[in-house]
Amino acid sequence: MRKVFSKKALREAGSGYLLMSPALFVLLLFIIGPILFAIYLAFHKVQFLGTTSFEFVGLDNFKRMLDDTRAKIALWNTVKYVAIVVPAQTILALVLAATLNAGLKGQKFFRIVYFLPTLTSSAVLTLIFMWMYNQNGLINHVLKFFGLPTYNWLGDPSVALNAIMIMNIWSTAPYFMVIYLAALQDIPDSLYEAAELDGANAWQKFWYITVPNLKPVTSFVVIMGLIGTFQLFDQSYIFSQGSGGPNNSTLTVVLLIYQYAFKSLGTMGYAAALAFALAIIILIATILQRKFSKEESLY
Amino acid sequence: MKKKIGFGKALLYTILVLYAIITLIPFLWALSSSFKTLEEIVSGSINFIPKNFTLDNYKQIFVEQALFPRWLLNSVFIAVTVTALNLIFNSMAGYALARLRFPGKNTLFMIILAVLMIPAQVTMIPNYLILKQLGWLNTYQGMIVPAMINATFIFMMRQFFINFPKELEEAAALDGLSRIGTFFRIVLPLARPALAAQAIFVFMGSWNDFMRPLIILSDPQLFTLPLGLNSFKGQYISYWNYIMAASMVFTLPVLVIYAFFNRYFIKGISFTGGK
Repeated sequence: MRKVFSKKALREAGSGYLLMSPALFVLLLFIIGPILFAIYLAFHKVQFLGTTSFEFVGLDNFKRMLDDTRAKIALWNTVKYVAIVVPAQTILALVLAATLNAGLKGQKFFRIVYFLPTLTSSAVLTLIFMWMYNQNGLINHVLKFFGLPTYNWLGDPSVALNAIMIMNIWSTAPYFMVIYLAALQDIPDSLYEAAELDGANAWQKFWYITVPNLKPVTSFVVIMGLIGTFQLFDQSYIFSQGSGGPNNSTLTVVLLIYQYAFKSLGTMGYAAALAFALAIIILIATILQRKFSKEESLY
Repeated sequence: MKKKIGFGKALLYTILVLYAIITLIPFLWALSSSFKTLEEIVSGSINFIPKNFTLDNYKQIFVEQALFPRWLLNSVFIAVTVTALNLIFNSMAGYALARLRFPGKNTLFMIILAVLMIPAQVTMIPNYLILKQLGWLNTYQGMIVPAMINATFIFMMRQFFINFPKELEEAAALDGLSRIGTFFRIVLPLARPALAAQAIFVFMGSWNDFMRPLIILSDPQLFTLPLGLNSFKGQYISYWNYIMAASMVFTLPVLVIYAFFNRYFIKGISFTGGK
């Protein structure tokens, strides 16, 4: 009996490994292997002189970050970007979802329209916005029409990053809106009906029922937002033709990693060290967010 | 009381319409610019209806940049292959993790969860060196093989198969079908809703990806659309009529897909949204 059982178990294990094999292959060769390799790189100086050579440099790559002005600028830009874009896109997504969910006619039409930016590639969106941000472009004309100051969006270091922020809030909020919309379906109607009997108005219902009930989803949306915004790359690359300009104002951590890894010589190991630093920053931000939202829910 | 409700509704509609306009304007502006002459583009006028409506830009981009059709082909080939492979391999792995018993299964599952946390930038540099060693830079396989599985969707498929009714598989086993036969002939065809959602996201991800091709591909012949578009912009920096026409040509296929399958997009997002 036992033998038959083990034979069956053996066959099952064989099937299991067979089904896992493509995933295992890629996982080992292109994910786990590279992670270990990245650790190795972070402690080495990498050079391409005919062949690739690795020279052990200890903690030099990590020490170098402390004196690297461009790394500090990149980190500051990225943190600024995260601190503004994550709350703004989360609130916008929540408000749009709640408005769409109010049971008005044409809800489906609006949902389809709102979702358009999410579908369009970051390259196309960035080009469209660069055209609108042109000094003599649509956005400045609209600002002028309302009597507001106009800007050299692409060329002025003090507003270039803001231009990317506006564009990305606009293009990512609809994605999170759809997540909120799904979660809104799960809030029982009875809660709203009870509140109505107690004489709550629309705003009170939103603030005291909708927002608290969506807390787990908000936590998810904020974490996904943090992970996404810390990795800003495409838009600032296309905006600045890969330079991070004007005057380093659109230089993000990932763009800096890209430049050190592929655009300058002998700094690939340093780029790997920066990538680890970024991973750790993202991890800490995520943990802080978790802790923060848990403490809040005690009240 | 009645008046108040009317006011609230009007306010909600105002918000909805206003945001719809904010969403549509960039697309309409790009579309209108793609039909304008260079003269009108340079003049900086802001009329949405072109003064001299022209289709020349759409013709001209294919003349100025003979590689556009090739980039389109590259993008389609890579995105379709990556999507097909992801559907098969992620489902296989998800099913094994959900249903089969084999040593090391839990460790593997934990590893896949951990991998979800690692940002792509960490593996980007070593991956480049590995692909270089394999001679896979500037090749289709360099774009396809590292992208043919996805930890997020392995996880999603595992959750899907765990909630899948066991009776069908038990019946198939009684009929003498092997575990692998059961998977391909019974389980996979019934997983269509999950596969549709996954297909859309993998396809969009590959179609719109900018960073991977930027690192792996340097030969213009092999560029994908986003990369090609970026280099086109570099060449025709102030010809915004061309750039917008090119942008529109390459957004259209996705919009058409979306028009037909928008149901699945919404479903897919709620799926990945931890539900």
